[in-house]
Amino acid sequence: MDLIFEGIIKAFWLLVSFDPEVMGITFLSIKVSGSATLISLIIGISVGASVALTRFRGRRIVVSLINTGMALPPVVVGLFVTISLWRNGPLGILGILYTPLAMIIAQAIIATPIVTGITLAAVQQLPAKLRLQILALGATRIQMLWILIKEAKLSLLAAVMAGFGGVISEVGASIMVGGNIKGYSRVLTTATVMETGRGNFDVAIALSIILLLLAYLINLVLTQVQQRERPR
Amino acid sequence: MRNSVPVFEAKGLQVIRGGSLILNVPSLRVSDGEILVLIGPNGAGKSTLLQTLSALAKPSRGEILFRGRKIGADIPVLEYRRRLAMVLQEPLLFDTTVFNNVASGLKIRGMKRNELEPVVTQALERFGISHLRDRSARTLSGGEARRASIARAFATNPEVLLLDEPFSALDPVMRETLLEDLERVLQETRMTTIFVTHDRMEAIRLGTRLGVMNGGEILQTGSSHEVMNHPVNEFVASLVGVENILKGKVIRVKNGSFVASVAGREVEAVGDLGSGEEVTLCIRAENVTLLPLASGGHTHHGNTFSTTVNKITSMGFYQKVQVTCGFPLMAYITNSSFSDLSLKEGAEVLASFNIKAVHVIRSASRIVLTEPKS
Repeated sequence: MDLIFEGIIKAFWLLVSFDPEVMGITFLSIKVSGSATLISLIIGISVGASVALTRFRGRRIVVSLINTGMALPPVVVGLFVTISLWRNGPLGILGILYTPLAMIIAQAIIATPIVTGITLAAVQQLPAKLRLQILALGATRIQMLWILIKEAKLSLLAAVMAGFGGVISEVGASIMVGGNIKGYSRVLTTATVMETGRGNFDVAIALSIILLLLAYLINLVLTQVQQRERPR
Repeated sequence: MRNSVPVFEAKGLQVIRGGSLILNVPSLRVSDGEILVLIGPNGAGKSTLLQTLSALAKPSRGEILFRGRKIGADIPVLEYRRRLAMVLQEPLLFDTTVFNNVASGLKIRGMKRNELEPVVTQALERFGISHLRDRSARTLSGGEARRASIARAFATNPEVLLLDEPFSALDPVMRETLLEDLERVLQETRMTTIFVTHDRMEAIRLGTRLGVMNGGEILQTGSSHEVMNHPVNEFVASLVGVENILKGKVIRVKNGSFVASVAGREVEAVGDLGSGEEVTLCIRAENVTLLPLASGGHTHHGNTFSTTVNKITSMGFYQKVQVTCGFPLMAYITNSSFSDLSLKEGAEVLASFNIKAVHVIRSASRIVLTEPKS
């Protein structure tokens, strides 16, 4: 019990003292997970909406693959990204393994199926005739897609939350492709793992609390936006 | 002056889905300023025709000309769609304010923000929803949402308005007020309109021409008087509310009229038919008169039968009285006539109808498509 209490005190102290290392780790976490979420939104919304709106041979297989991707284990992603970026790997020439960029790539791979799956479901749930109505109003296909995405915005906010939540909290891929290098690729989750391994439970608890607070604050903002709109 | 080139001209239009022919319209022309109302039961192909005409669904065969130009060839589909407006069965408003909803078609066309205001304001005023302009579309009642949806269509000032059962699921009061407003706006704008409904009263009220559809085909087009009083087949007759559809065989031919045997009774009607010919006789219930037996049947109607009242159904403003005289016959009578006759089930009464009130359908039904009056 004392351990947890001490951890909370430590977290409070680290926060109010603006501990440079903790701040650096926190900002890097936001930067990496935020960028990954942004990339996943661009790809996921486009792919999810396109799959929802088109009929093609093998569509069910594609949808089931997307749904499976929503439960993609981060360590598996970490493993394949590591192999790909390894010196002798297919993308080894880029030389970005153990960098924040590699972490962004890995996290984007984790978040994209989540955003795609939720977008797919959200667009499919819109009234079937809404597309017809939008086209009847004289919209081009791009305009139609944009209007449909706007109409599904409540669900898409859930996609943002799920995508960001998925990557800010993952550790496997980040530690594998980022290497947990102090002051360079160390993020809240990897730092927590490391401090726990070292037996520095108070610091680990402090970092966990910061991680929880961060996740909560970002989701609070998104929830505020989402709940301002009443569901249909 | 009206343009003689039809607004729409469909030639050999067919839509095949899942191997079934769901729309088969060999020919259809719609003139400028015309209000063509398509009536028919669910699944008749009305909405498919509307979607095909608006280029929202691709025909499997045939072509559509818009003002003489082939859609997709002489006129790009997008340009064509932007010259029309369509209102679907559900309001399908966007998740924004009423103003933005009504402005949506204009925004899609790239109209500038400062130009939107007067156009949208006029559309809102036209349909009496100015006070709702800043309300969220999600908070509107069914009637308000329908008004917003129709205002959205009118805001783009289309050349043709396509309405797909826009009043369905509205309560009668709401329906009536909206119908009145639409009627007024259509009269003011003289906009070419194709209106789909399964309500024949709406059809009669709005349409300058009626089209009856079933099984993906247009069975008959014509003025409301023509379609209501001269249906081409039993289906059209029952759809336009002909309650008495009698099967018979011509047994005697007179000069310009004939007598048919219907369930052993003789019914006289006007028409040049040959003896022995199978016929279907249509008599609207409002053309059947009921008289007390004491009158002795001295009427000038030509067809008078001694009948027994089988069933009486009060319709509020009038009574539906079904009598039987070998064949069932339905009569609509006013409440005052009903009380004068002291009618009750089992009572004996004379039923009479004019020979001119009998619409004759020869056994081989035909499709009658009337060209629009230009």
